[in-house]
Amino acid sequence: MTDATQSPRSVKTLLGARRGRGKMHWTDVFTYCYLGFGLFLMFAPVVWLVLSSFKTPAGLQEFPPTFLPLGQISVEVDGYDEPLLLFDVTMEDGSVQQLAQVRRIGIMAQMVDPADPGERLQIPIASREPVREMRMAWENYRDPLERFNFMRYLWNSVIVTFAATMVTLLINSMAAYGLSIYEFRGRNAIMLFVIGTLMIPITVILVPVYLVVTNLGMINSLWAVILPGAATPTGVFLLRQYMLTIPRDLIEAARMDKASEWQIYWRVVMPLAMPAVAVLAIFSIMWRWNEFLWPLIVLNRSEVYTLQVGLNAFQGELDVQWHYILAMTVVTLIPVVIVFAFLQRFITTGIASSGMK
Amino acid sequence: MAHADDKATGIGDLLQNVVAWPIRILFKLIDYPVTAIQNVIGIRRMPWLFLLPNLAFFGMFVIIPLFMNFAYSLTGGTELFISERPYTGGEQYGFLFDCDNYADPLSCREDRFWKGIFNTAVFIFFQVSFMVLFSLITALVLNREIRGRGFWRAVFFFPVLLSPVVVALIWKWILLRDGILNAFLVSIGLDRILFFVSPEWAMFWAVFVSIWAHMGFYTLILLAGLQAIQPDLYEAAEMDGTSKERVFFRITLPLLWPNMLVVIVLALIKGVQVFDEVYVLTGGGPGTATQFIVQYIYNTAFTNQVQNFGLASAASMVLGVVLFVLTLTQLAATRRRDND
Repeated sequence: MTDATQSPRSVKTLLGARRGRGKMHWTDVFTYCYLGFGLFLMFAPVVWLVLSSFKTPAGLQEFPPTFLPLGQISVEVDGYDEPLLLFDVTMEDGSVQQLAQVRRIGIMAQMVDPADPGERLQIPIASREPVREMRMAWENYRDPLERFNFMRYLWNSVIVTFAATMVTLLINSMAAYGLSIYEFRGRNAIMLFVIGTLMIPITVILVPVYLVVTNLGMINSLWAVILPGAATPTGVFLLRQYMLTIPRDLIEAARMDKASEWQIYWRVVMPLAMPAVAVLAIFSIMWRWNEFLWPLIVLNRSEVYTLQVGLNAFQGELDVQWHYILAMTVVTLIPVVIVFAFLQRFITTGIASSGMK
Repeated sequence: MAHADDKATGIGDLLQNVVAWPIRILFKLIDYPVTAIQNVIGIRRMPWLFLLPNLAFFGMFVIIPLFMNFAYSLTGGTELFISERPYTGGEQYGFLFDCDNYADPLSCREDRFWKGIFNTAVFIFFQVSFMVLFSLITALVLNREIRGRGFWRAVFFFPVLLSPVVVALIWKWILLRDGILNAFLVSIGLDRILFFVSPEWAMFWAVFVSIWAHMGFYTLILLAGLQAIQPDLYEAAEMDGTSKERVFFRITLPLLWPNMLVVIVLALIKGVQVFDEVYVLTGGGPGTATQFIVQYIYNTAFTNQVQNFGLASAASMVLGVVLFVLTLTQLAATRRRDND
C-alpha cells in the first residue's frame, strides 16, 4: 500500500502527481475528474438521504426541495398567547421588514411588528416570505421507534444477525477443523461436496426450503431466517484454508498432553484461526443484517419482521410516510457505517483475497 | 490475507473479548459429551463428528430441497405438502415452454415467465457490460499514483455493504416525481420525468442502481489483479518509450484478462439472480417492465392468489441449470487465473 508509506506532500505536488516525468498526460486530468465525479455520485445520495430524514413532512413536500432541513421561526409577541410565525415582508416602499403573522384572511394577512405589537398591518400574502432556520425533525426518528413496530424490527434484526452469526461460526469452524486437521478417507469428496453446494443459491430452491421450514414449524419465527443459511460453503472454505496453515506439531503436542479432540479444537485451533474467524464473522453480520428475499418469504407477520422486511412493508403502503421511511433507512444504515468505518481495510483485504462477498 | 494485517489481530482480540464469551460457555457445555463420545468411537472417527452439524444443515436446507425441487416441478395443484400433490409429469415444463414464437414473449402461454427471462437478459446485458467497464476504469484510476488511495477505494466500495432495501430507498427518494433529480431537471429548464412510469427509464434506473451498489466489489477484485502485475514490466516499457495506450493494450489488459473473466462470470451469476434492489425500487413495474426471473418465481409461489408451487419449481429448475453452467465457467475461470 503506497498510500501508507508515502511521506506527506504539499498540495502543489499532489496536484502535479503523475506517472513518469513528462508533461501532464490527459489521463492525469481524467483521473482527478473521475475521482471527483465518483465522490459526488457515491456520497451525494447518502448525504441527501440523511439531510432529508431530518425534514418535516411539510418540508419534504416542497418542490424544489431545500438543501437543509428548515423550519419556520416563530416568536413570542407581547399580548399573544401563542408564538407567532415570522415572515420577511416586502413593504410598499420596497424595504424589507420582519413581521409576525397574527392571522390570515384570504389573500391578506394581519401582521404585527414584534418590537411594536400595538399596530396591526394588513399585508398581501404574496409579498411575504417565511423566515426559516435549520431545524432537525428528530420526531421522524422518535415516532416510528415509539409508535410503530420499528423497535421490534430492530430487535429482531439484531437477534437474527447475532444468533445466525454464532451458529454459522460454530458449525462452519467445526467442519473446517474436521476437514483440515484430520487425514481420512472421503475428505476430498466431502470438500468437493461442500464447494459444490456453492452452485445452489437459495433462489433456486425457494419452494422446497419453504416446505422444510414449514415442516419444522418455523414459519413466522426467527429460526426460519437463522437456520437455513447457517452452513455456508464460503465459510467452510475460508476457515479451512486458514487452519491448514496451523503447524501440526501444535496439535500433536496437545494430544501428548492428553487433550481431547474437542479441547484441541477450541483451545488450540480456534484461537489461532481467529483472524479468519473474524473475517467470516464480519461477512456473516453483513449478510444477515442485509438479507431480504428469504425473510420476505418466511416472515409474514409484523411482529417477526426484520428491519429490511419492515422497511419494505412500510414503503409499500398506499400513503407512503416518507419522513418516517427516510429516518428508518438511516437507522438501518448506521450499523453498516460503523462496521465499515472501523473495519474497512479489513473487509476489503478479505474480499480481495477470498473473492467472496 | 488477514494475518498480514496489523488490524486483523486487533479485531481478533476484540472479537475474543467481547463476542466470544458466550461461545466459551457453549464450548464448555459441549466439551463433556463430545469427549465421552470420543472415548467410545476413537479419534479416527472424530472428523465425522465435527462435520456432522454442517453436513446436516447442508442436507436439510440444500441437498434434500434440491431433489424435492425437481419432484415439485413434476406435480400440480396448490397443496404445499408434496404427498398431497398430484403427479403431472412434465406438464409444468410443457406449460412454461409452450410458445408459438420464442422471440416474442406475448406468444407464450406463460408470458410472464418469458417476459421475466427477456427482462433479465436485457438487464444482464447492460448491467454486466457497464459494470465491468466502470469497475475497470475505477480500478485503473485507483491503481495510479494518487494521494489517499485508501480513502478513494472506500468511496467506491462502501455501497457494497449497504442493504439492497436501503440502496433502493435512497434512489427511490431521489427519483420520485418531486425528487431532487426532477428539481434539477426543472431548474435547468427541462420537463419533469416520471421515471417509474416509463418502462425504459425504470429499466435504466434498475441497471444504474444495481451498478452503483455492486461496482465496488468488482473494482476491488480488478484492483488486486492490477497490483499483482509486475512493476518491472512497466519500467521496461517506459525505458523503451512505449506509449501509454500501447502499454495498456499490450501489458495491462492481457495480464488482467484472467481477473476480468472471473469478474464477468461472477457478475453474470449475480445478475441472473437480480431481485432485491429492483423489487423495492420499482416493484417490477411499470406493468412487468422490470420483473425478473426470480421475482416471477417469488410471485408464482408466494404472492399470487393461487400459490403455484409446481410452476415456480419448474422455473427454478430452469434458473438452476443456467446458474450451474455459469458456476462451472466461474470455477474454470478462477482455476485458470490462479494457475497463471
